[in-house]
Amino acid sequence: MTKTFATRDGGELPVLEGITLDVRADEIVALLGKSGSGKSTLLRCIAGLVQPSTGTVSYKGRPLKGINTGVSLVFQTFALLPWLTVQQNVELGLEAQGIEPEERSQRALRAIDLIGLDGFESAFPKELSGGMRQRVGFARALVVEPDLLLMDEPFSALDVLTAENLRTELLELWQAGEFSAQAILIVTHNIEEAVIFADRVIVLGTNPGRIRAELTVALARPRDRHDPQFDALVDEIYGIMTERAAAEPASADEHDGPLQVMLPHATTDGIAGLAEIVVAGGESADLGDLASLLGFEVDDLFPIIDALTMLDFATVQDGRLSLTPTGEQFAGADIQASKEIFREAVLERVPLVRRIHRALRHSTDGTLREGFFLDLLRNHYSADEARAQLDTAIDWARYAELFEYDAARGEITLPDFAETQRSD
Amino acid sequence: MPALRSYFSAGGFRPRFTLIDVVVLLAVLVLLYSILRVGSGTTASFSPSRLEHVSTDASRIPYDAARSLLRMFVALFFSFVFTLIYGYSAARSRRAEKVLIPILDILQSVPVLGFLTITVAVFVGLFPGNELGLELASIFAIFTAQAWNMTFSFYASLKSLPRELDELSRSLRLTKWQRFWKIEVANGAIGLVWNGMMSFGGAWFFLVASEAITLHGHNYSLPGIGSYVGAAIAKKQLGAVGLAIATMIIMVLAVNVLFWRPLVAWTERFRYETTEASETQRSYLLDIVSRSTWPRLAAAAWAKISEPINRAMRILGRDDVHQPVSARRRRVGDIIFWVVIGGLVAYGLYHGLHYIATAPGVGLGEIPHCVALGAATFARVAVLLVLATLVWVPIGVWIGLNPRVARLAQPLVQVLASFPANFLFPFATLAFIKFGISINIGGVLLMALGAQWYILFNVIAGASAIPSDLREAMQVLGVSGWQRWKRLIMPGILSAYVTGGITAAGGAWNASIVAEVVNYGHTRLAAYGLGAYIVDATDSGNKAKLICGIAVMAVYVVAVNRFFWRRLYRLAETRYSL
Repeated sequence: MTKTFATRDGGELPVLEGITLDVRADEIVALLGKSGSGKSTLLRCIAGLVQPSTGTVSYKGRPLKGINTGVSLVFQTFALLPWLTVQQNVELGLEAQGIEPEERSQRALRAIDLIGLDGFESAFPKELSGGMRQRVGFARALVVEPDLLLMDEPFSALDVLTAENLRTELLELWQAGEFSAQAILIVTHNIEEAVIFADRVIVLGTNPGRIRAELTVALARPRDRHDPQFDALVDEIYGIMTERAAAEPASADEHDGPLQVMLPHATTDGIAGLAEIVVAGGESADLGDLASLLGFEVDDLFPIIDALTMLDFATVQDGRLSLTPTGEQFAGADIQASKEIFREAVLERVPLVRRIHRALRHSTDGTLREGFFLDLLRNHYSADEARAQLDTAIDWARYAELFEYDAARGEITLPDFAETQRSD
Repeated sequence: MPALRSYFSAGGFRPRFTLIDVVVLLAVLVLLYSILRVGSGTTASFSPSRLEHVSTDASRIPYDAARSLLRMFVALFFSFVFTLIYGYSAARSRRAEKVLIPILDILQSVPVLGFLTITVAVFVGLFPGNELGLELASIFAIFTAQAWNMTFSFYASLKSLPRELDELSRSLRLTKWQRFWKIEVANGAIGLVWNGMMSFGGAWFFLVASEAITLHGHNYSLPGIGSYVGAAIAKKQLGAVGLAIATMIIMVLAVNVLFWRPLVAWTERFRYETTEASETQRSYLLDIVSRSTWPRLAAAAWAKISEPINRAMRILGRDDVHQPVSARRRRVGDIIFWVVIGGLVAYGLYHGLHYIATAPGVGLGEIPHCVALGAATFARVAVLLVLATLVWVPIGVWIGLNPRVARLAQPLVQVLASFPANFLFPFATLAFIKFGISINIGGVLLMALGAQWYILFNVIAGASAIPSDLREAMQVLGVSGWQRWKRLIMPGILSAYVTGGITAAGGAWNASIVAEVVNYGHTRLAAYGLGAYIVDATDSGNKAKLICGIAVMAVYVVAVNRFFWRRLYRLAETRYSL
């Protein structure tokens, strides 16, 4: 199965490519990937909310047309209707199926009871805490007795303790066989969460999303985070995810289109901050430890790591991050000196910045409109991603004092244009 | 509003009657009785009567006021229905959207009062010799003052429906009927009620203007507070005018307290989680009613009634994937659609110009004449805005930065903005006559009577929204005087000011139609301007002139909106939003 989105000029952007995935009864599958890996899009294809561009999604052997009637969805943002009570929210799907009010109410109350919401039937969502709200989300999804329960980062909007508690309770219900769903597919960017939940973990790569690896988790439930086997598995997955990240920028040189080298969405403060933390901690840092030390999720940590490797400030091996000599200099220097190092690294290693810089030097007055570069980027990225790419490039280049940017006019300017031209 | 929401809860309850229940019940019965009594007058037969012959007996006031009120609410009901249908169509169909939204934009800018004559002629023609035609014409005028804003608000809420709500609805395969009421209307409810309240306030002005009008030299009047005032002015009875003003104030306040406040407080529950309320809206009336047993009983009954309706509406189908149409078929459809629309517009334009060109005593030369008159009115609107800005911005900022003053002033200004300024015209006219002020200059003052409050109202809101930490930072840095205005206050209130300015300008253009010609007894003052031109064309029943005048005014309003206000607004939104 593949999925592409149309670009503005009629081209096609691949989001998912060559995906083959089976979900069977009695198993939990975790889809793991960085942001932009298309994992949520894949989930929506399975739900029938989004149509695949090529290939099919089949349910019970039949190709899907329209919404998949055998699944229900739990949302990251809960998606509760604040104007309905807990019970009314849970009944919504049953009502849509045309079930009589009495049966509706009975089934809803049973689901509410099962999920630990007893006593909250007549409450409105805004009276509930985050964890309780997501319980309503689960009850609403389970009450329609789906074959497959789809969960889209269901715990990422909750605080750490609440998320842990809810995870445990859900797994207990699953263990006890009290689940009306026969299988679960969970989309997550949290590696530990994937290992705790899943019988199989599927790792998606970025841009376009392809299946990078598939791992079977054979650990007995309930799983213990301190189990060495658990740790080893987590480290293995970290390794898979970062090696790819390290390989991607290196594979592309200027000739095969510099704009295709994707900039990670990292801020200059994040880059400098992580470099300093690694220096302070000694030679190298374990990625899993780093994430838990900083309270970071994969989505927060990976863009910075990608940026560090892209700039050749750091390398990743076997799930450990270590700084290069340049990286150590960058982390140790004062502001002006580190800016100098950053400038050289960006010019040498970031094709988009280099390309803009060169275009500015060859322009008549050292000023170009951002729309020019946005149009170029839109050939390779969606409109939002093109914007994000340009914003990241501008942010880095501003920090490196390579060029200036006037947001109101949308103009990128070379400082001291006359001077630069003379030296050319 | 079927299926909107029910209070029905799982826990059983015993209906227990308290004093509150009795009071609420009696209030509802009295309300029903009054509507029936007052409503029965609307179909009375009538013959045109001169305003001088309408009685200004004080005992008529309660009945007149009730009739006016009924008109306002009937118009509100139609505005609501129109909003749902029009907004939904525009948001759902890509092609309809391209046509419906610009039309709405123009309708919002067109001086509604200018159309009154045409609509009256149409409606009176529909029900000859019966008051119902006139009644409908008046209701229509009020409707045009309310509907556009509400429709825009609903359309915007449909277009910005949170993605997860759309996905939720589709993944649960809700019926289209369920989706419309439980998700789409509910999600737009806050904006709908808020805009309804604002438009309702602005509509009083149109109520007053539409109850007594002249057509082909005939005076038509409906029983109502507007015609009462008209009669009082014609008879030069200042006391009666004062009485009507007092009634008007009571009506505006009562509708606010008894209807809009409870409704606004109630719709708070429709706030989607991601948006936080800046302050919670409360209403004592709502508190009392919801403490009684009635809402629960009503909800239980409602659940019984709505169940079969919801069931029947399953026929409309379910919310599912919208099957993609092939690109070629879509393009062909687009071409046909636009050719038809383009043809209709071209035909209409040709017909209109032809009509003006061939009308006796008019001709195409009328258009530049109207443009010149429009320039005079435009100058008046511009002067008004500048003066209102100079006067009200400093005052508004002062009020807004003092929370205690703002709390008192805000509702007062709201009432002032709702109060139909045309009630005050006789006093101003008297003053003009007495001091020999030309209506050419005085007209600005008359137009300002209604329009200025929008600027004050919005500036207060804008100033009170400036974060206190910014103010404290400026204080600590020693930024004061002109620098403080330039760096903090003016950028801070800009977007609120622009909103007020657009509304005030629109109100002023509309007001020019009643403010450039004023009567007191048999004295008539007329200014040089497009408003006065439209009134003349109306009085003499010259449709060609009328169409020409209205069209030119609409072009003025739309052009100024596009080239000035919209740009300023975009600047405010991108650079100066807090």
